[in-house]
Amino acid sequence: MDNAIATTHDAGVHEEHEHIALPQHRHHFETEEQQREAGSFGMWLFLLTEIMFFGGMFFAYLLYRNWYYPAFAAASNQLNVPMGAANTAILITSGFAMALGVYYAEVRDRKKLVIALIVTTIFGCAFLGVKYFEYKEKYELHHIPGSGFSVSMFVNPQAFPQYPDTFAEKPLAPDMAQHTQLFFFLYFAMTGMHALHMIIGIGLLVWLIWRANRGEFSEGYVAPIENFGLYWHFVDIVWLFLFPLLYLINRHPLK
Amino acid sequence: MAHDTEHHYHDPMNVTNPEHAEHHLVTPGQYSIVFGTLLVGTAITVGAAYVDMGVLNPIIALAIACTKAVIVILFFMHVKYQSRLIKMTVGAGFLTFIILIGMTLSDYMSRAWGLW
Repeated sequence: MDNAIATTHDAGVHEEHEHIALPQHRHHFETEEQQREAGSFGMWLFLLTEIMFFGGMFFAYLLYRNWYYPAFAAASNQLNVPMGAANTAILITSGFAMALGVYYAEVRDRKKLVIALIVTTIFGCAFLGVKYFEYKEKYELHHIPGSGFSVSMFVNPQAFPQYPDTFAEKPLAPDMAQHTQLFFFLYFAMTGMHALHMIIGIGLLVWLIWRANRGEFSEGYVAPIENFGLYWHFVDIVWLFLFPLLYLINRHPLK
Repeated sequence: MAHDTEHHYHDPMNVTNPEHAEHHLVTPGQYSIVFGTLLVGTAITVGAAYVDMGVLNPIIALAIACTKAVIVILFFMHVKYQSRLIKMTVGAGFLTFIILIGMTLSDYMSRAWGLW
């Protein structure tokens, strides 16, 4: 032996690495566990960049809510809490189905894995469907920031008896009412980027369902399902913060 | 011989590394408990929003959201059963995020707070 490293491997370790070509154990990894951990590590590093990405918008919301508090409270109370709450439950259900999907991939049950992924997709689409009706309402009320934006609901809330939360608000001064645009800008930026993540996720799910149906993830190769699960749960977590911050925390504004 | 050494090089640390956590399966029963807890948390946070608690309203909403997020991270995302490397990675990410928010906020608060 010409160096110390070469003397460290014993016969057992050596044999373990002969001619391995499984997708869950590529030849450049020592063990299946090592490959798996490397994959999880990489996926988490990606998710950390996503935390920073969404975090910037959460910070903007925190700051501007403090600066223009009356405008943010009034605009926030116009959002539809039952729809937001329903969407939270829908998203949690989708995440539950995804978690079961990872389990069924682990126990190599192809049929149940495919069913779990389909349920995940259906609830993901349901979330986007509810979001469509929420966006539509904002469009009809001229609450999309830009030249078409209308402050009438915030300078004259008594003209909107069909929105009881808004109806009870005190009118805002016109200059403060203009700052409700900032709230809606952040609302569309944050929920829009969240929805874009959902759309990308649903696209990936369709691809994974197709592959899962061919049995690719029921022979011990779980990594794509597991790592997609991490992504999907991350998108859930973003919504778990968006819902209270955008919809709920302004129902009793400080006097 | 040089080629031979290269070809057969295996770091035994990678095979016997105690950091490689035992692979643990979370069962559908446990997932159901997590699912129920998250739905109850959602109900509580909606209910709490309609009780006037002054400054406590956003604090309670955020506390419930953080609790739900931790439950999702620990169980749905399996972090509770991962190696210390993954746990450190997740923790380091959130710590970095809090530092960035804290430093940016302190900048805004110490420069122009109340002057807008």
